[in-house]
Amino acid sequence: MTIVNFTPVSALLGGALIGLAATVMWWMLGRISGVSGIVDAALTARGPEITWRVTFIGGLLGAGAIAILVFPNAISFNMAVGFGGAAVAGLLVGVGTSLAGGCTSGHGVCGVSRLSVRSLIATAIFMAAGFLTVFLVRHLL
Amino acid sequence: MNRALVAFFCGLLFGAGLIVSQMSNPAKVIAFLDISGQWDPSLALVMAGAVGVFALGYRLALRRGASSFGGAFSLPRTGRPDKALVAGSLLFGIGWGLAGFCPGPAIVANSFGDPRVWVFTAAMVAGMALIRLFRHRSAD
Repeated sequence: MTIVNFTPVSALLGGALIGLAATVMWWMLGRISGVSGIVDAALTARGPEITWRVTFIGGLLGAGAIAILVFPNAISFNMAVGFGGAAVAGLLVGVGTSLAGGCTSGHGVCGVSRLSVRSLIATAIFMAAGFLTVFLVRHLL
Repeated sequence: MNRALVAFFCGLLFGAGLIVSQMSNPAKVIAFLDISGQWDPSLALVMAGAVGVFALGYRLALRRGASSFGGAFSLPRTGRPDKALVAGSLLFGIGWGLAGFCPGPAIVANSFGDPRVWVFTAAMVAGMALIRLFRHRSAD
């Protein structure tokens, strides 16, 4: 194994920003920043419980828009799949995170921080499945 | 109103973190998940940074008893791990490994203009709706 393209400073800094955002959400709204749960519930929630979810998603979209408009050359973005792959992967991610009740943010960041047993197990499984899938797709198929 | 503004600001900050750390770049995510051969370990540090900050902030906030605008702290479902948790995480991990996208980065990348991201997001939302439909049916 050789280590390539390691970017420890931006990774730690970006991670800290994610942790900070999750902390403010928890501190001020008393909510866990689980993106899959927020997206899922935004589609079905009613009244005041829909508003904060929609504006959180708006913030995510806004961050992407600001980045691409203000720093277009600093954004590295390369898709790994075509349209068919995107549809299949998206469906798997939607079904999977709904069944599991969380994704990389809700289980991986917030749940692991809380030492939730469910989240620790979920994170171990989706990481392992991710590693295995990439190994199969990139090296065996 | 306050809650909506706070959530918007947090979404911006969360998204900025995903972009700065390059989790919003599927190729970078796949390079992390590809441990055989050439490996880019960066995303392990994204997780470490996020968990480090939230583990502290989470505990400090709990001492206050309630949140600023949202009332009591609202924790996700607890209880024993079940089949849905295991099967769901497995399916999610496969999708994540295929496309290099998990939900947060996928939402952020919708603003980058690549139609394949829109297809991924639409399929993801459809998958969530599908599970909701099945749960609703089986509850009747």
